[in-house]
Amino acid sequence: MLTKRIIPCLDIKDGRTVKGINFEQIRDAGDPIELGAFYAEQGADELVFLDITATVEKRKTLSELVNKIAHKINIPFTVGGGIKTEEDVSVLLQNGADKISVNTAAFLDPTIINRFAKNFGSQCVVLAIDAKCEADNNWYVYLNGGREKTEKLVTEWAKEAVDLGVGEILLTSMNHDGTKQGFALDITAQLGESLPVPIIASGGGGNEQHFYDVFTQGKADAALAASIFHYKEVAIPDLKQFLSKKGIPIRL
Amino acid sequence: MNLVIIQYNAGNIQSVLYALERLGVQATVTDNLETIQAADKVIFPGVGEASTAMHYLQDRGLDKVIKNLQQPVFGICLGMQLMCAYSEENDTACLGIFEEQVKLFKPTDATIKVPQIGWNTIGNLKSNLFKGVKEESYTYFVHGYYAALGQHTIGTTNYVQPYSCALHKDNFYGVQFHPEKSAKEGEQIIQNFLNIS
Repeated sequence: MLTKRIIPCLDIKDGRTVKGINFEQIRDAGDPIELGAFYAEQGADELVFLDITATVEKRKTLSELVNKIAHKINIPFTVGGGIKTEEDVSVLLQNGADKISVNTAAFLDPTIINRFAKNFGSQCVVLAIDAKCEADNNWYVYLNGGREKTEKLVTEWAKEAVDLGVGEILLTSMNHDGTKQGFALDITAQLGESLPVPIIASGGGGNEQHFYDVFTQGKADAALAASIFHYKEVAIPDLKQFLSKKGIPIRL
Repeated sequence: MNLVIIQYNAGNIQSVLYALERLGVQATVTDNLETIQAADKVIFPGVGEASTAMHYLQDRGLDKVIKNLQQPVFGICLGMQLMCAYSEENDTACLGIFEEQVKLFKPTDATIKVPQIGWNTIGNLKSNLFKGVKEESYTYFVHGYYAALGQHTIGTTNYVQPYSCALHKDNFYGVQFHPEKSAKEGEQIIQNFLNIS
């Protein structure tokens, strides 16, 4: 049976992980390669590396980093952050990334989704959506790391993007992100039930029960989290045991 | 050992190369017909679309070379599908090494996503390729088309219905999943292929 996926996310700035601290098992938690390998060993199903480096010049080191990660890690990984052109995608895939994720650039020019899917295959194109539920109770798409609101509904954008060829959607609820109060179950389920591609839920996972809820009520195919794994508030082996015991299909 | 990875217009070749490096094995990535024919073992990887890949192989004469290889050959994902007789993906006649047909997943309800992306179990394992690999081990899959069950099936996975996650005929082996991305179990399977004599 196809399992639900647990995905740690590593934010990378200038080649270092931003949040990774304080792991006794590894020498340098700021090193994305070591931290990624640690998570792979712990049973993570995939990894996401999100480059939040501010300047284009420093991003050039990203492809070198991706190459090192690909040499070391024996599970699939996605790379996102500032990807705009076929050349960007090609360099990352050639260096061993399995998938790339796009966000703002795809919203501003949706044709890139079509071009990426045609050139590299839908299976490697992940659309990241930063979503926020407003006072009118509608979920809107936000851009530029959540700093810029649009008038586009999340459901509309997700549908359009799937039609253009994205293979997966990484949905982050800005309302829930950082709260540790649980994932956004309603919008996640809404996308999961209406779209033919897998949905990766992100934002709000704070304990094991939250992951159970997002896989059942939220209909998510995968769940992503960062700081709760980095700060060891939730250990991946314990989380996977918990879910498996409760009947969720999980790779142990 | 002279190990060759066939280069063509399909992704994930680097990932296979790196997985081999982790096992301490060097491989040559090439589309040169003579180099491929002279190899001790050949890996035929791939992520992509069947008709585009077949045209590429035919244009370079790789189709005939692959079919006639006598040494152990290991197809991965699209590589395995191209070794089958036919793919529904853009109505493509393939290499015909395995008689099995490649079909599109037709979900029985809206919760089943196509392509299948993620970790699924492999069972009914019948080959040296799976030596030391437990029944119902998890491996990583990314595919919208599947090879039907048939006489060459040496492993079965369930998604929508049971299908061939691995095929074997004579010197030809194929797996639908990505051993190069399937953690320790995947590394064991690659090592087993390298051990086949």
